Amino acid sequence: MRIKAPATGEVERATRLRLYQLMVELRDFEQRAYELFLENLVRGTSHLALGQEAIGAGYGVAMRADDYTFCTYRGHNHTLARGASMGAALAELMGRGNGMLHGKGGSMHLTDVKHGAMGSYAIVGAHLPIAAGAAWSAQVRKSGQVAVCFFGDGTTNIGAFHEALNLAVVWKLPVVFVCENNLYMEYTPIEAVTAVKHPAADRASAYGLESILVDGNDADVMYDIARQTIGKARAGGGPSLVEALTYRHGGHSRADPAQYRPEAEVREWLARDPIKVYRRRLLEAGIGEAEIGDIEARAQQKVDAATEEARGGAPARVDEIERQIWSDGSATWRN
Amino acid sequence: MAELSYREAIAAGIAQEMARDPMVYFIGEDIGAAGGVFKATVGLFERFGPDRVRDTPISEQAIIGAAMGAAMTGLRPIAEIMFSDFLATCWDMIANQIAKTRYMTDGQVALPLVIRTANGGGTRFGAQHSQSLENWAMAVPGLKVVAPSNPADAKGLLAAAVRDPDPVLFFEQKSLYGVKGNVPDGEHVDTLGSAKVLRDGKDCTIVALAAMVPKAMQAAEQLASDGIQATVVDVRSLVPLDTRTILGEVVKTGRLFTVEENPRLCGWGAEIASLAADECFDDLDGPIVRITTPHVPLPAADVLEDAAMPSVERIVATVRKSMR
Ligand SMILES: Cc1ncc(C[n+]2csc(CCOP(=O)(O)OP(=O)(O)O)c2C)c(N)n1
Ligand SMILES: [Mg+2]
Repeated sequence: MRIKAPATGEVERATRLRLYQLMVELRDFEQRAYELFLENLVRGTSHLALGQEAIGAGYGVAMRADDYTFCTYRGHNHTLARGASMGAALAELMGRGNGMLHGKGGSMHLTDVKHGAMGSYAIVGAHLPIAAGAAWSAQVRKSGQVAVCFFGDGTTNIGAFHEALNLAVVWKLPVVFVCENNLYMEYTPIEAVTAVKHPAADRASAYGLESILVDGNDADVMYDIARQTIGKARAGGGPSLVEALTYRHGGHSRADPAQYRPEAEVREWLARDPIKVYRRRLLEAGIGEAEIGDIEARAQQKVDAATEEARGGAPARVDEIERQIWSDGSATWRN
Repeated sequence: MAELSYREAIAAGIAQEMARDPMVYFIGEDIGAAGGVFKATVGLFERFGPDRVRDTPISEQAIIGAAMGAAMTGLRPIAEIMFSDFLATCWDMIANQIAKTRYMTDGQVALPLVIRTANGGGTRFGAQHSQSLENWAMAVPGLKVVAPSNPADAKGLLAAAVRDPDPVLFFEQKSLYGVKGNVPDGEHVDTLGSAKVLRDGKDCTIVALAAMVPKAMQAAEQLASDGIQATVVDVRSLVPLDTRTILGEVVKTGRLFTVEENPRLCGWGAEIASLAADECFDDLDGPIVRITTPHVPLPAADVLEDAAMPSVERIVATVRKSMR
């Protein structure tokens, strides 16, 4: 593997604790979402990012409060990493009126613009050009904002990926494209359908970009590459394309038992669980078991409180159906 | 009043809005120094510079996606898709992303953007450069759809589209680009969602859009010499739809004819016919008749294209036969 180990100085202690806390929160949230599905309280589909937490956490911690996040249907973690409400997110998964989108979006479309979470997009590849557009807007407004766009390995084979990269380079846009290579599309291994071994990193040179391949299960590595790429974009240095190797612990979506994956591969990647890896590293760095345990307990409490909030919500309101097509709040198409 | 061509009126409308609002940016293929393949954007690059009038690669998804991302973060972009036929290459951006994101997020984002595109036949370009696709857009909740028939409306409705807080698909009819007409001097802004009664007659109401409007007007003149007095309504905007004006004119004459450039199935006239049947049934004195292109791709040869699209002669003959 051509992992380009970023030249990290020691990541600061407070940052490390923050990275660990965020990863644990994202893990506990996804696990709770799965439990609520088993209780038949989450009705629609959902795509969990269990195992991929280091990527969302690394970027989430490195981003400025007014930066933009664009992500996919596998986007609970990226939305929450910006500070969106867990209770509103769980309520949205459960189709409640107190959901983040009042029941109109669902699991695949979590959005919290106030926190810079500019949407979760469920048509593969669509949000790459949209993220480029937000970066174009930041560029001409001279706001210093950066757009970060997360997507999967499968997304590198759709036209919008290539259109967005070319435009971003030609216009030197402040956007970071982060490919979360979890080795699979839905069920098909990415290598079976892709012309190159590393679906994003090996394409970077086609756009004059540096080839960046990193360990997506290492929160320090992710935080470091996030700082580098965001910093470059903010300084006017243009876009980056990052390929982060990772693995989803479960199936593609809630209906998928993921039996197409070799057992040894699953075992190897579970051993590289980003949270286990990072916990060990914190202990080695002299952070005590008590402090780590405290972070874990607080994350559980936060998810429990969010669950109570979501369960307490009434069903989505039927009068929402004909609201918010247009900016005047209506859905009127005639006089 | 100044006499401008339809293409000059488009450029004047864009210029008026770019001068008024520094957040208006304009992107598309060959729109800058080249002035657009239809010369509808001549002079903008020189006046507003390469940052605000920006050439793009041939990347329709990137053009429309960039416009969306910019609109949700503070700009008011105008994006050009050279031929409306190419909307098919970025329909995901339009129908799935732009049209739905405000609704799905329950109003967290606004998308004040305009997609301009050259639409329609009459230029012998063949089936992939001649379609009339307003009805595709009309079928998707979340898009406003406008198609002007003359230079004054082209400028005024374009200005209104740029100022509108929601996404507007603006269909410019290719065969009209050279047509001249008077355009009001100074700032000119029209109203979306307003149809216009262009001619008053007591016997029947002919409802038309874009390039079909001048044809309907000519047909009405010929019908008048036969003793049939036709009202002509220019729909101008399919979404929002000015049903008050359109159905009001149907009620007055008791007869409705639509003239549509699109192929037969699911054309915009079908929706108007359905509304009239629902809401004006007791006022109708005869069948509602739709005059459209047959349900075929547009052929290239001049004789074939002319015979396929609704012509003045076909409108006259159809109305005459039905009114006998
Ligand atoms: C244009 C499009 N094609 C197909 C799908 C169906 N689909 C949803 S997710 C997915 C796999 C995407 O794989 P990847 O980009 O690797 O993301 P991951 O799910 O692994 O995070 C597919 C094929 C879709 N949503 N959009
Ligand atoms: Mg994948």
